[in-house]
Amino acid sequence: MQKKTAYSFPDEILEHVFSFIQSGKDRNAASVVCKSWYEIERWCRRKIFVGNCYAVSPTMVIRRFPDIRSIELKGKPHFADFNLVPDGWGGYVLPWISEMAGAYPWLEEIRLKRMVVTDESLELVAKSFTNLQVLVLFSCEGFSTDGLAAIAASCKNLRELDLRDSEVDDLSGHWLNHFPDTYTSLVSLNISCLGSDDVSFSALERLVGRCPNLRRLLLNREVPLDKIANLLSRAPQLIEFGTGTYAAELRSDVYSNLAEAFCNCKELKCLSGFWDAVPAYLPVIYSVCSRLTSLNLSYAPIQNPDLTKLVSQCPSLQRMLVLDYIEDSGLEVLASSCKDLQELRVFPSDPFGEEPNVSLTEKGLVAVSSGCPKLQSVLYFCRQMSNAALVTIAQNCPNFTRFRLCLLDPKIADYRTLQPLDVGFGAIVEHCKDLRRLSLSGLLTDRVFEYIGMHAKKLEMLSVAFAGESDLALHHVLSGCESLRKLEIMNCPFGDKALLANAAKLETMRSLWMSSCSVSLGACKMLGQKMPRLNIEVMDEKGPPDSRAESDPVDKLYIYRSVAGPRFDMPPFVWTMDEDFASELS
Amino acid sequence: MQGGGGGSESGSMSTVSREDNMVMSSEDSSCPDESELELGLGLSLGGFKMHQVSRGGHYARILTAKDFPSVISASSSPSSSSSSSSSSSSSSSSSSSSSSSSSLRRANVTAGTKRNADSVAAANSSSQVVGWPPIRAYRMNSMVNQAKNQATEGFNSTMENHKSETSTVEKGTTGISSYQNSGNAKLRKSLFVKVNMDGIPIGRKVDMNAHESYEKLAKTLEDMFLKTTPNVNPAGLRALKLGMMNKLTRSSKLLDGSSDFVLTYEDKEGDWMLVGDVPWKVFLSSVKRLRIMRTSEATGLAPRLHERNCQRQRSKHI
Repeated sequence: MQKKTAYSFPDEILEHVFSFIQSGKDRNAASVVCKSWYEIERWCRRKIFVGNCYAVSPTMVIRRFPDIRSIELKGKPHFADFNLVPDGWGGYVLPWISEMAGAYPWLEEIRLKRMVVTDESLELVAKSFTNLQVLVLFSCEGFSTDGLAAIAASCKNLRELDLRDSEVDDLSGHWLNHFPDTYTSLVSLNISCLGSDDVSFSALERLVGRCPNLRRLLLNREVPLDKIANLLSRAPQLIEFGTGTYAAELRSDVYSNLAEAFCNCKELKCLSGFWDAVPAYLPVIYSVCSRLTSLNLSYAPIQNPDLTKLVSQCPSLQRMLVLDYIEDSGLEVLASSCKDLQELRVFPSDPFGEEPNVSLTEKGLVAVSSGCPKLQSVLYFCRQMSNAALVTIAQNCPNFTRFRLCLLDPKIADYRTLQPLDVGFGAIVEHCKDLRRLSLSGLLTDRVFEYIGMHAKKLEMLSVAFAGESDLALHHVLSGCESLRKLEIMNCPFGDKALLANAAKLETMRSLWMSSCSVSLGACKMLGQKMPRLNIEVMDEKGPPDSRAESDPVDKLYIYRSVAGPRFDMPPFVWTMDEDFASELS
Repeated sequence: MQGGGGGSESGSMSTVSREDNMVMSSEDSSCPDESELELGLGLSLGGFKMHQVSRGGHYARILTAKDFPSVISASSSPSSSSSSSSSSSSSSSSSSSSSSSSSLRRANVTAGTKRNADSVAAANSSSQVVGWPPIRAYRMNSMVNQAKNQATEGFNSTMENHKSETSTVEKGTTGISSYQNSGNAKLRKSLFVKVNMDGIPIGRKVDMNAHESYEKLAKTLEDMFLKTTPNVNPAGLRALKLGMMNKLTRSSKLLDGSSDFVLTYEDKEGDWMLVGDVPWKVFLSSVKRLRIMRTSEATGLAPRLHERNCQRQRSKHI
């Protein structure tokens, strides 16, 4: 009777409907509607994203999703980028590769971020996944060019190889030679992180020459400027290009070859590299400037007026990465020239300098916020800030999705009023209703956290350092930020109370990192006992936590939800607080 | 030793974890016992107004702006004293204590108290807080290389100028900070190189710029790799027991040849050399990574290394 209607849709139809649902979140939502949808969905899911490789085990993933073609895994916490996570912490990909080797022979895409990848893992990948098309190793480490050679030799269908920001042991320069002569399917290659002697240039030239679909090529620093023209002439179809060292003696033949090569790249839209760039060779890219949507000069020590002149020629820019050599004046030019700008990142040229070496202040950012209506994403390093400027910026840019401000002196006050910067950041969260990511700095009291808890309802990731006065601050965030997924805190006086009061919240988040705060060992133990679905990991290199009093603060704390239980690949300086903790040591 | 002033300050300053010890330099990498520190903290509590102990807590609160009603300069003089009050014997003090170094760099030091001055002098010996400013290691290393390329000539002379402790007056007048030469290479930037030890699968990284001599480096490495850790996390130990890590208890030195291990490094040309032959500054500019090698493997190498060194030096003179 009526019951039948629920089952009147054949599975194939539902599967077809689901094939239009690409987003993991939506798929997750569909899978919990009812049991049959769960079953149908899990059989036809092809792509999964695991934000924390320890939140789930490979076995569990494979059991639920029998036919995955694309996997993305993330390992270490974000603060590992800043050397806060000691070596050996974990994030090993081998267990995943080993299990997937048997279960997913048709795997096409592997994307890893902040994981430890060994040559053994890469060799296993090469052997097991003959259909591999995409391999992205973003901020990974633990492998050498030997592993890359294995990939090159075996993965005939490889389209994308991206080693972005990874640490690679350079053992032999000739891994590129392992791409067979018959291999022509390369579309994207990013080897910008490789050190010296890693790349055999002639092999690279031949590779580039025989891959007609190559669209993205990011070279490493060691490729000299005078070799680039030849390379570009073999790949005029490039859309994205990263140079090597952009410095050489000015020679007219090199100059004109380069200019011509760039001119012939009619589809070039993104440029990066520019290590050690000298102004003399900048004009060779003028012919592409008008088309450029993305320009990364953050490794280029070019200063004004050359820098500003270059920027003024790029009216189509959507994404700009640059050093603070651009100064306020350059940013004003950017604001008036680049009306499509969506993302701006300004990095410090001399972060540890006692005195400012450039004239880059809050005024530059205010100018860009005022001139660029589409600005959504900001990462800005500078030395001074005022509440007034932040309020202006917030009012100018209500569409911010990412706002990261880094004052080089982390506890500096409003330079005009000497007040904390609470009001300024408060304005940001109040006006920017779609804000998903926020990094705070400067002198900040509990008040700013009150504002954040009150307004930042879509905030997913919050980074805090040297801020706040009491547990109330942490409590505001944990109780108010409904969408919070990742919270990372360093050097703040936050302790037990807020954590224990909001323990349940932690299960709704991916992870919480707290280092150099005031969370006591006792609180960690309590959390470990009461919250079985959280892994409470305490990191301390001076010795096991039980050798100190319960009230002593722990050095580093990493809490994440997991259905896989505590992990067993921890180094000696990491302890999991769970029911077994006390008994393990006795 | 980081932290000047009173006993508790230096006590809390010196409770650096090994990790922090590497990334923030302290002149003296040997730290007093933790028991000494706690004693120091307890005894000095009465003597320092800056210290405040949270109610019922056994550790000092990390101080913030509220504790210092009289703000002198726009920069972080409020936070400058957070150096003195870090938490107790745990290593969290190291980060918060060294946080003072970054804030102190901007502090109006000449107007500060003796403690500030001492803290600055102490901060001079520490480069920066771990993790601040939040710049990716990859970018930091690029900048170091850039600075090196640009300033190789000036490098040696600026190293001579560099002193780990200077008075604030010198800092103010010459414009060249005691630990920074703004016009030249970024001296006190971290320079992390990988260290591997034969038999231990997990490598570490050490900040070369945090050490001023071979002895200090060797001591750090010994602490990292050779110290006994009797209460090692059993789960962690399980992880390491891939059949490789055995005797942890070796108290001998890496440099004098008395241990079963020697310290070697890979230089820019890709050659493996025995550590200690060249002047420290030259070593700094050429070291790419370190390896604690079994002496049995290295003895064959050492005379050849030495030989190659001589050959290289000879060829240099040609």
